[in-house]
Amino acid sequence: MVERVIRRIRPIRRITQQMIVERKKLSLWERLYLPAVIGGFKVTLRLFFRKKVTLQYPEQRWMVPDGYRGAPYLVKDQEGNTKCVSCQLCEFICPPKAIKIIPPGPAAQLADRPNAEKMPLEFEINMLRCIFCGYCQEVCPEEAIFLLKDWSHVGTHRAEMVYHKEKLLALGGTHRGLQKWKHKLEEAGNQENFPVKP
Amino acid sequence: MSAAPTSETKPAPPPVETLTVKVDDRRVTVPKLSPDHTGKLVPTTMIQACFAAGTMVPHYCYHPKLPVAGNCRMCLVEFGTPALGPDRKPILNPDGTPKITKSPRPAIACATPISPGMEIYCSTPSVKQMREGVLESLLINHPLDCPICDQAGECKLQEYSVDYGQSASRFVEAKVHKPKRIDLGPRIVFDAERCILCTRCIRFTRDVAGDDALGIVNRGSYNTISTFPGQPFDNNYTLNTVDLCPVGALTSKDFRFQMRVWFLKETKSLCTSCATGCNVTVGSRENRVYRYEPRENEAVNGPWMCDAGRLHYKWINREDRLKEVRVRGEKSTWTAALQEIAGKLKSAPKGSVAIVASARQTNEELFLLKKLATRLEAITDSVPRLGRKDALLLDADKNPNTNGARLNGMCFTEVGINLSKIAAGIESGQIKTLLVFGENLLQHGVRADELAAAEITSETVQKHGLTAELLSRLETLIVSDILPGPTTLLAHYLLPGCAHVEKRGTFTNTKGRVQKFMKAIEPPGDARPEWEFLLELVQSVAGREDLRTLEGLFNRMAREVPAFQGLTWAGLGDTGTTVEI
Ligand code: SF4
Ligand code: SF4
Ligand code: SF4
Ligand code: SF4
Ligand code: FES
Repeated sequence: MVERVIRRIRPIRRITQQMIVERKKLSLWERLYLPAVIGGFKVTLRLFFRKKVTLQYPEQRWMVPDGYRGAPYLVKDQEGNTKCVSCQLCEFICPPKAIKIIPPGPAAQLADRPNAEKMPLEFEINMLRCIFCGYCQEVCPEEAIFLLKDWSHVGTHRAEMVYHKEKLLALGGTHRGLQKWKHKLEEAGNQENFPVKP
Repeated sequence: MSAAPTSETKPAPPPVETLTVKVDDRRVTVPKLSPDHTGKLVPTTMIQACFAAGTMVPHYCYHPKLPVAGNCRMCLVEFGTPALGPDRKPILNPDGTPKITKSPRPAIACATPISPGMEIYCSTPSVKQMREGVLESLLINHPLDCPICDQAGECKLQEYSVDYGQSASRFVEAKVHKPKRIDLGPRIVFDAERCILCTRCIRFTRDVAGDDALGIVNRGSYNTISTFPGQPFDNNYTLNTVDLCPVGALTSKDFRFQMRVWFLKETKSLCTSCATGCNVTVGSRENRVYRYEPRENEAVNGPWMCDAGRLHYKWINREDRLKEVRVRGEKSTWTAALQEIAGKLKSAPKGSVAIVASARQTNEELFLLKKLATRLEAITDSVPRLGRKDALLLDADKNPNTNGARLNGMCFTEVGINLSKIAAGIESGQIKTLLVFGENLLQHGVRADELAAAEITSETVQKHGLTAELLSRLETLIVSDILPGPTTLLAHYLLPGCAHVEKRGTFTNTKGRVQKFMKAIEPPGDARPEWEFLLELVQSVAGREDLRTLEGLFNRMAREVPAFQGLTWAGLGDTGTTVEI
């Protein structure tokens, strides 16, 4: 038994021995220590008289540039309806699996909008998992999720960092985009009556 | 050499006539005749030759188990036949190959029979153009509901559009809008806009299910599927049309908006709702079963399954599943409970134990129970469960493994014949210990309301009379079950078991086909597969055996039970093997 273990370990030891790096010999200048300290001070002094780049956070806040990818939130359309139809593409694409959607199922309430048929029963984004990659916004066929400019997320415990549907919708606000389901319904309404309904 | 060899008394099957055709420069030999949906031999078509050559031909209306309709035109291909001279002999090219005259018109591969020497072209520029054209025409009035369409992810219209379609639509006019969310029947919702009018659903219900319930009404772009006015589409096979429908026009009310299909893990399994043992694919996600779909098995269910079986999965996710080992009402552990039970069984006098197994248990579990019964000289039986039968798949026996219980010797031809003997044994005080697996004895095992008088096989079934009073006379009542019931309430030892999607095993169906099923989800709480704890119990009661895995257990059973001789777990494959019953 012991022999078997030793036989296993031996080659490993051989490899570790080969991997030991010899320490480099320091020159006198390097061993003197003080020149390096003085060099460091020089950098400090130079930056001390430059224009300040720090902000007095949290009184002062950083204005992020356009195109910044902050937290993903759900948006409503101009009539205050949930745009998300629970297609779950964002849940699928999300690399760290930060999104969890509970689809409505057959029995739950249909969508706010008459023609969209469904919306999520629950929609969660775990902001601790989210890496703000923007894939969800890109994949969404309904323009229902956007990465807004929010970059500061604080919570006192983990559960608080999981944003639920209501919170996401409240934070996301309104997005004035195409209202394709409404237009479809209008288009259908304008057409002559369907001959025999199934 | 006088003895007539018995194996040669049957006439050898006549040699199959074959034809050789060329599919995109690949030569294939196919039988001249192939079975159609009823099994009758009809001339082999181009699409079958193409599939035999491994060439994909996109198709909507063609289905190997339905009559050919040839209405979607998706399968258009070009072809050529050998040119014949005036002497009816093939004209040869200078290099000796037969000269092929290419047909000036394309043909639908699903309905055109092949002829000798035919050449089929599936990838010419004009075939490509035709496919683009067909798809464009199908998409003219298509709503592109994909985000809210349950079919998305397994939609042939999506797939073919990606593979063969154009990247953009040229259609700028208003689409024809058709009715949506139509209630076709108790289990089916229909969206007329998404329907591509392939008539698969019509042909299925007329020619396979034998219920001519659907048809097309209206003309031109108003064409739509409909039932007869006021007649719901309601037979025991309606949900197969949801599988058949290549688009999201027919959707299942049960599965509607429950989960996107691309999240579902697919596990090969079996339906347990009757003795037919239809092969199914279980769709599950995060430990929840979302749907059953039929899995093709020529020897059992073909590509279909019945609605009752398909929808009988919800109890698996029930909240009140048994999750704890209980000893006289107190929560306990497996080790402690099994030790106590083993001690009790070991010291039980011969003949004082009775075992009621369930024909819903797997072959392996019944085999282990039989070992226990032999050791204890126990009287055994199982509980019959009878119901309605139909002409297509549904069997009257609602237990998935009655034959397994018979072959393992846990019950007899007439299931339930010993139950009254067990009752009498308890009454006389001879039987002191009873093991019950997955059956509620107080319900008599049979639902009287489900029984048609003619189908009762035995009077005793109705009269065996195991009452709560009788069960409470027992010294030890050991019950293993999945859901709580009156019998589990009386148990001294309650062992939580697994639904079949939570374990592996095999069932023997009504025709003696031994089929295996795989594990899809984890059991809840402390519940364990029955074969696992039965194996432990058998080992501590009847002595050690070198068995640890289910595969090993199955192979051991195949060696020891004569009926299963020669089977191996690996050899069963996905579709099983038939044994003599
Ligand atoms: S931004 Fe990226 S990581 Fe965050 S929720 Fe969207 S897809 Fe997921
Ligand atoms: S946010 Fe967009 S991508 Fe995500 S489920 Fe809703 S509609 Fe689909
Ligand atoms: S039928 Fe297919 S293409 Fe049409 S909306 Fe449904 S998923 Fe999309
Ligand atoms: S409902 Fe589906 S199966 Fe029936 S004709 Fe329409 S597309 Fe075909
Ligand atoms: S598959 Fe051949 S016409 Fe539809």
